[in-house]
Amino acid sequence: MIGALEQRKLPLAATFAFLGGSGWLVRVSAVLVMILVVLAIFSPWIMPFDPNEVDLASRLLAPDAAHWLGTDHLGRDILSRLMAGTRVSLGSVAISLFVIMTLGILIGGAAGFLGGRADQLIMRVTDIFMTFPTLVLALFMIGMLGTGLVNVIVAIALSHWAWYARIVRSIVMSLRNREYILASRLAGAGRVRIFIEHLLPATLSQLLVLATLDIGHIMLHVAGLSFLGLGVMPPTPEWGVMINDARQFIWTNPLLMVWPGLALFLSVMAFNVIGDAVRDRLDPHLREEHVH
Amino acid sequence: MTMLRFTVRRLLFLIPMLFVASVAIFLMLRLGPSDPAMDYLRLSRVPPTPQALENARQMLGLDLPITVQYFNWLGDALHLDFGVSYALQRPVLPDILYYLPATLQLAGVALLLTLGVSIPLGMCAARHRDGLPDQFVRLVAFLGVSMPNFWLGFLLVWLLSIELGWLPPMGRGSWSQLIMPALAIAFMSLSINARLLRASMLEVTGQRHVYYARLRGLGAGRVERSHILRNALLPIVTATGMHIGELIGGTLIIESIFGWPGIGRYAVSAIFNRDYPVIQCFTLMMVLVFVLCNLIVDIVYAWLDPRIRLGVEEKA
Repeated sequence: MIGALEQRKLPLAATFAFLGGSGWLVRVSAVLVMILVVLAIFSPWIMPFDPNEVDLASRLLAPDAAHWLGTDHLGRDILSRLMAGTRVSLGSVAISLFVIMTLGILIGGAAGFLGGRADQLIMRVTDIFMTFPTLVLALFMIGMLGTGLVNVIVAIALSHWAWYARIVRSIVMSLRNREYILASRLAGAGRVRIFIEHLLPATLSQLLVLATLDIGHIMLHVAGLSFLGLGVMPPTPEWGVMINDARQFIWTNPLLMVWPGLALFLSVMAFNVIGDAVRDRLDPHLREEHVH
Repeated sequence: MTMLRFTVRRLLFLIPMLFVASVAIFLMLRLGPSDPAMDYLRLSRVPPTPQALENARQMLGLDLPITVQYFNWLGDALHLDFGVSYALQRPVLPDILYYLPATLQLAGVALLLTLGVSIPLGMCAARHRDGLPDQFVRLVAFLGVSMPNFWLGFLLVWLLSIELGWLPPMGRGSWSQLIMPALAIAFMSLSINARLLRASMLEVTGQRHVYYARLRGLGAGRVERSHILRNALLPIVTATGMHIGELIGGTLIIESIFGWPGIGRYAVSAIFNRDYPVIQCFTLMMVLVFVLCNLIVDIVYAWLDPRIRLGVEEKA
């Protein structure tokens, strides 16, 4: 309890304590994630070139002093495009996770709190959403909504929320009739207040675990859909789009497709390592169960 | 007999499930933000005058109440008529059935590869705990969960086709053309499964019935096969059920890299164009495949674990 209070007071200090007690892999991943976040926020000021500046005179250059990773088929600087790509990738992950968590908390909370018919109905709806494989569901949603980044985010949110709703529901149900909840109800607290003050905090650690484990998964989805031409549209610098752009040069310039893939791979790996560490710390029971 | 009953029960259970899925798919497409009549005119390159819109609406039956529309569609669907593609002006189902076998073949080979590699790998890692094979499995699992499958596909083409010239880079026909796409699709599930099997074998090894089997004087191989592996496989079967969706999704993406003539390109262009009849039929087919695969997984599970099928019997 005291630990929890301290953590709430000093989130940064708690994070550093957590990292100090972890292995080198977790620390390296944390550094990687920090670099990604910095790039995502400050890339417009850090990038050496404009990522969309077409310069046909210097197309398909090999890496040199000016263009550290070379240029692509339109003479655009690859390093700058990779940096700009972090913003799209992390931004879409952040927005989709926010939507997923909101939907999960609202719908799962309603199901757990109301119980009875409402709960039955909501659970059947989550069943339907959990029946579909997430990628097929996302493809279907894009078919319904149209292509583009916003619709990809909506599609990803709609294909993932059910897992979060399930968790919130089960926690709320298990706590609903505890004595401290009954006590605060007797003291005259309304439903919304009980939910926000007493039930929501109990769900947050598990939601956090699920969310950190899902970051890599969502990044792969965004990049995969963009690679298929259904997500982010060229010329926006995005890693999946860059891999798709590079495919025609695989015989002549294979490095062109290596860079964006490596960026995606390393980012997903860093987030997965952090996710595993957070899970081991906060919720050891969840091990190996979340596969989808 | 119990297995047969179990299977029939689960098969009957599919009917309401598919019905609900079809209602959900239909409603979501109809209640989505865009107007099918507009999409129809756009795809058949007719200028969207009010008169043309009105005609299209009548022809597609969009002026009817939505429940009538659904039951009309369902009636046609039960006669295996899933409508005509707006973009291609061809019936949808024959096209889908034409492309589907290639996709199922690739996904199936990927599934076999997942099981065929992850089970020996996991067993080996468990046998030599903390030894070299164990370290190797840990590394593969670590790389596998983060590897974008489409990037892996390109890396394989680069290494095995372009640099070494061992395998053909694309196309369908011979077994050698299956190896790279199947590996790219299977790699993630394979690595997760291998690690899972290792953990579950080590867990089962510590249990009493294994100790007892050893006390009875059974050989190490016999104990491993019929007392450890059989129990340790249960979580793998569950995980495989969950990975099937991932394998199908992965196949849709990977097909485009290897020029595999599956349903991927057809579906992606339909999704891009918002070609409703195709999206509807494609999604339903994918759900059907997925649900049938999970049924098979459940049957295998019941076959491996008598408690499941007997439990079902007691309740029934």
